Amino acid sequence: MSVASSNERPWWFEPLSIVVVLSGFSIYAIWAALQGQGAYHNYLSPFFSPKLASPFSWFSPAFLILWVPLGFRATCYYYRKAYYRSFFWDPPACARPELRGEKYSGETKFPFIINNLHRYFFLLATIVLAFLWYDAILAFFFKDGSGNAHFGAALGSLIFLINVVLLSLYSFSCHSLRHIIGGKMDCFTCSLAGGARHKTWGWVSILNERHPLWAWLSLFSVLSVDIYIRLLQAGLIQDVRFF
Amino acid sequence: MAEIALKIFRGDASGGAEKEYRVEATPGMVVLDAVLRVQATQASDLAVRWNCKAAHCGSCSAEVNGKPRLMCKTRTDEFQGKEIHVGPMRAFKLIKDLVTDVSFNYKTARMIPAFTPPAGEKAPFTMYEKDVERLYEYHKCIECFLCQNVCHVIRDHKAPFFGPRQLVRIASLEMHPKDTLDRAQFLKDTALIGYCNITKCCTEVCPEHIHITDNAIIPLKERVVDEFYDPVQWIWRKIMGRNSNGG
Amino acid sequence: MSVEKYEVHEHDVIIIGAGGAGLRAAIEASALGCSVGLICKSLLGKAHTVMAEGGVAAALANVDPQDGWQVHFGDTMRGGQFINNYRMAELHAKESPARVYELEEWGALFDRTPDGKIMQRPFGAHTYRRLCHVGDRTGLEMIRTLQDKTVASGVEVYMETTLTRLLKDGNRIAGAFGYVRETGRFVLFKAKAVVLATGGWGKVFKVSSNSWECTGDGVMMAYDAGAELIDMEMVQFHPTGMVWPPGVRGILVTEGVRGEGGILKNNKGERFMERYDPKKLDLSSRDVVARAIYTEVQEGRGSEHGGAYLDITHRGPEYIKKKLPSMHEQFLKLADVDITKQPMEVAPTIHYAMGGVRVEPETSASTVSGLFAAGEVAGGLHGANRLGGNSLSDLLVFGRRAGEGAAKYVKSLNNPLKIDEAQIESEKKLLLRPFNESGTENPYQIHEELQNAMQEGAGLARTTESLEKALKKILELQQRAQQTRVPGSRLYNPGWHTARDIVFMLTVSEAIVRCAIERKESRGAHWRKDFLSKDETWGKQNLVTYKDTSGAMKIKMMPTPQMPAELAQLFQQEPVVTAKK
Repeated sequence: MSVASSNERPWWFEPLSIVVVLSGFSIYAIWAALQGQGAYHNYLSPFFSPKLASPFSWFSPAFLILWVPLGFRATCYYYRKAYYRSFFWDPPACARPELRGEKYSGETKFPFIINNLHRYFFLLATIVLAFLWYDAILAFFFKDGSGNAHFGAALGSLIFLINVVLLSLYSFSCHSLRHIIGGKMDCFTCSLAGGARHKTWGWVSILNERHPLWAWLSLFSVLSVDIYIRLLQAGLIQDVRFF
Repeated sequence: MAEIALKIFRGDASGGAEKEYRVEATPGMVVLDAVLRVQATQASDLAVRWNCKAAHCGSCSAEVNGKPRLMCKTRTDEFQGKEIHVGPMRAFKLIKDLVTDVSFNYKTARMIPAFTPPAGEKAPFTMYEKDVERLYEYHKCIECFLCQNVCHVIRDHKAPFFGPRQLVRIASLEMHPKDTLDRAQFLKDTALIGYCNITKCCTEVCPEHIHITDNAIIPLKERVVDEFYDPVQWIWRKIMGRNSNGG
Repeated sequence: MSVEKYEVHEHDVIIIGAGGAGLRAAIEASALGCSVGLICKSLLGKAHTVMAEGGVAAALANVDPQDGWQVHFGDTMRGGQFINNYRMAELHAKESPARVYELEEWGALFDRTPDGKIMQRPFGAHTYRRLCHVGDRTGLEMIRTLQDKTVASGVEVYMETTLTRLLKDGNRIAGAFGYVRETGRFVLFKAKAVVLATGGWGKVFKVSSNSWECTGDGVMMAYDAGAELIDMEMVQFHPTGMVWPPGVRGILVTEGVRGEGGILKNNKGERFMERYDPKKLDLSSRDVVARAIYTEVQEGRGSEHGGAYLDITHRGPEYIKKKLPSMHEQFLKLADVDITKQPMEVAPTIHYAMGGVRVEPETSASTVSGLFAAGEVAGGLHGANRLGGNSLSDLLVFGRRAGEGAAKYVKSLNNPLKIDEAQIESEKKLLLRPFNESGTENPYQIHEELQNAMQEGAGLARTTESLEKALKKILELQQRAQQTRVPGSRLYNPGWHTARDIVFMLTVSEAIVRCAIERKESRGAHWRKDFLSKDETWGKQNLVTYKDTSGAMKIKMMPTPQMPAELAQLFQQEPVVTAKK
C-alpha cells in the first residue's frame, strides 16, 4: 500500500523526481520546438503535428501546436496533483508541514482557476490526437525509389504506434471525459441512451484508475518519438526495417 | 515476553510532551490494544477515543509515527525494531492526550442541504444497481476524519474549507438518483470546493479505501465547472433558459 | 464542592443514547413538535449500531413472496422460546417494513435486486430471506441515515456527555444529571420525558463484541429510578466472534457470513451442525449454534485456538469481497487470514442483552411516569433469544414508538416539574468519590475481575454453583468499588469515567446472576447445565427485577402475557412449538 511504500523512501523523493522529470521535459520540448522542423521521411514528430505553416520564418510552427497538449497536461487533474506537490509544496508530501502559510486560495483565483477549463483542452487535444493517429498510420507507409508508398513496418513505425496508443489511453482516461460521458448523470436508467453511456462510463472509469500511469508513459513515448527522429536525422542511427 | 515501547503524547491545550510506556507484546497486537493496556495499568487518565476496535466506527484516529492512522487497524509488529510514536491528530485543536476537538466536522455536516426526494414520492423506490453502484463507495465512510486531518487546506492553511469527508457526503447526495437538489452553488461558495487542489492525501489515508479524490471530489468539481466556469454551457443556458442540466 | 455550578439545558424530551433507537426516537419526537435534546457518550454516529453488519429484518417479501408479518412474528416468537411479549413481537413484525422504507426516503441505500427493489438475504432461524442489507455494513448505513435526518430535524445534540442519574419529581421523571466528558463539568438536563436508548451491557463479560460504551448505565439509571426490569438472565452469545489473535478476541463475525453460505466445521472437517440442527444447519438460531460450537470445543474437536472453523471460500473471491467487504478486510488486517482462501476461526462472544427495562408495547413507556425505553435497553421483544436482524428493526419500530410515546406524554402534562437538588447532590458525591484521598482501588482492575467472574460464572454454560460463585465475587467487588481512586483531573479522564461505570456494571451483573439463579431450566440463551430441559411452568413466566424501598434488589415472577386466539392459531399446526432438546 501507499503507506508502506512511502515509508521506504524519504518523503522528498517523489516531489524531487517530479521536478526533475517535468523540468527536463519542458526544456527538451522548447529546444525541440526551436529546431523549427521534426520530420524524417514518413515520420513526423508529434511536436510538429499537425503540419502548420508559421507566418514568420523565425517562429517555429511547433509553438502553434504545442500549447494544446501542454495545456491539456497542465490542466490535467493528475498533473495538477504532481506540480502542486512538487513545485509549490502545497503540500510537499502528506502530513508534512508546508513552506507557505496563510495565503492560499487553491484553485479559486488566477492562474489556477483556469484549470477549470480542462474539458476544452481535452477536446482540442483530441483533435490533435486524430492527426497523430494519421501520422502513426503514415509511419507504416514507406516510399520506394519511384515515389510509390508501400505498406511496411520499421522500429520507427512501432514507436509511433506505441506512442499514439499511450496518448489515447491518457486522453480517454481523462477525468473530464469521464464526467461528460456519465459522471454528470444522476440516473442512467432514466436517461436517453443511459445504458450505453453507463457502459462507456464504466470503461472510462477503468482506464481512469490508471490515469497517472498513462500520463507518465505517454510523456516518455512522445519524447522517445522526437528523439528517435532527431537521431535518424543526424544519421546517428539507422531505422530498423522489418518488412 | 517481548515488550513494546510506546511514546505517547501526553498533554492538553496548555502544552505537553511524549512520555514513554512499556507494555507486554501479544500476538497480533494493534496500537490501540497497547494504548488501552497503558491506560488500564499505568495511566488511567490517558485520554483516548475508541469504540468498536474493529475499524467500523472510526473513533480511534491518531498519528502513528507521523502518519494519520486508525489505531485499531495499525499492527504493532509493523514497526519491529522501531519506536512507536502515538500522537493526536494535528489538524484539530487538542483537548487532551490523544483526544482532539473535531466539532468543526459536525458543524459543517449540519450545513449540508439534506437528501430531498421528489415531493410526494414515497418509498419503496425503484432504484437499479446501475444507478446506485457508485454511491456505495461514498456510504462506506466511517467518519474517522483522517482525511480532514491530513488535508493541508485544513491542517496548514486553516481555511474554512469543508474538507474531503463532507465532499464525499455531498457526492453521495448529488449523485443519488432520487435526490432533487442541486448543490453546485453550495459547493462553490460555502463548501469552497475550489480550495481543494486535488493533491490526494485524503485518498492515501482513507482506511475504507474510498477513492475520495477521483470518485468524489473531481466529479463534483466537474459539476461545478458545468454551472460556473464552462463558457459554452453558460451561453447555452442564456439562450435556452436555466432548466436543463445534469444536477 | 456543593457550590460548584453546573450547566443547565432544558427540553421537552431528552433522549439518552444516539444509536438507532435514540436517533429514531429523536426524529419522531421532534416531528411531533417537541424540543428534543439528544445526549450521547461518544461522538455522533459512533454508537454500537454502527457495528451491526448482517442486516435489518423486515418481511418485505421482495425475494420470497411467501413471507409476511405473520411468518416473521412466528419466527421471532419461536426464536424467543415464547417468553417474548407477543404484542411487541406483533408490532415489530407488522411495522418493520414501513420503517425500512422510511429509511429509503431519508437517503439510505440498500443492496438491490435486479428489478430495483431492496435485496434480502437469509439469516439464522428466519424462515425466508428477510434481511435487508448493504454488504456487511448495514448498521453504518442505518446510523448515518438516521444521524443526518436527526441533524436536519433540528434536534440539539450533546456529544460526549455521560448521564448517570435520572431525576424525579415525586413519581415522575424531571430530567437527568451527569457530566461532560471533555471538561468533566457537571450538567443538568431538565426534561418532561426521558427516552432511554442506551443499548446493552456486554462489557460486563470478558469476551464481548461490545464497545466500552455498553456498560448498562441506562438500564441501571432506570432501575435506580424505580423502573422494573425484565428477563435480565437472558444474555445472547453470538456464535461467531473472532478468536485469534488475542487482541481481537470477541470481535464480531457477522452472521451474514453464514447467510451468504458459510459453513461451520470442526477440526475433523465435519459439518457439525448436521448433528445439532439437521434442518436449519448453520443458520439455526444463535443459541443453538453457540452451544454447538461450545460443545465441539469441550469435546476436543475445536480449532487451533479453541473455536470452530467458518469456511466461505467456496463462494469465490469476487462474491466474498462484494458481499462481505468488511469481514474480508477485518481478517486480513487483524488476523492475517484471507477469507477468500482460508477458513476463519470463530467462537461464541457476548453480543446482546435480550432483557432490559420492562415497557408497554404500544408506547415503550416504562413503569415510571415519563420514562421510556427503546432498543437493546428495553426488554420483552426478543424473549429468551434474539434472531439476527431483529435488533435493527427493533430499534426502528420501538425507537419511533418511544419518541411518539414521549411526545404524547409531554403534551398531556400540565403542571411544571421541580428539580430536587438533594438528588443532584447525592449523585455529585458519588461521582466525585474516586478523587477522595482514602481510595486505593484501580477501577480498571475491578472491571477486569468482574469480567472474568461473569465470563466464568454466568457465561454460556451456567450452573447453580458457578452462578453463586459469580454472585459472591460481584458482592465483594461492589464493596471494593466504593474505594476507587483515580489520578489526574476531571478533564477527559477515562479512569474517572470508569469508576462510575463499574458501579453500573456491578449492579447489572448482580441482576443477571440473581435472575439466572432463579430460572431453573434451560431456555434460549439461558443454558443451565444442572437443569438441561425446558420447563413448562417457567415457559409461562418472566422474571422481573426491581429495587425495593430499602434499596435492595428484588426478583419476582410475572406471567408472560398470553396471545389472543388469532395469533395463537399461527402456531397450532406445527409440532415445533413443543420443546425440543
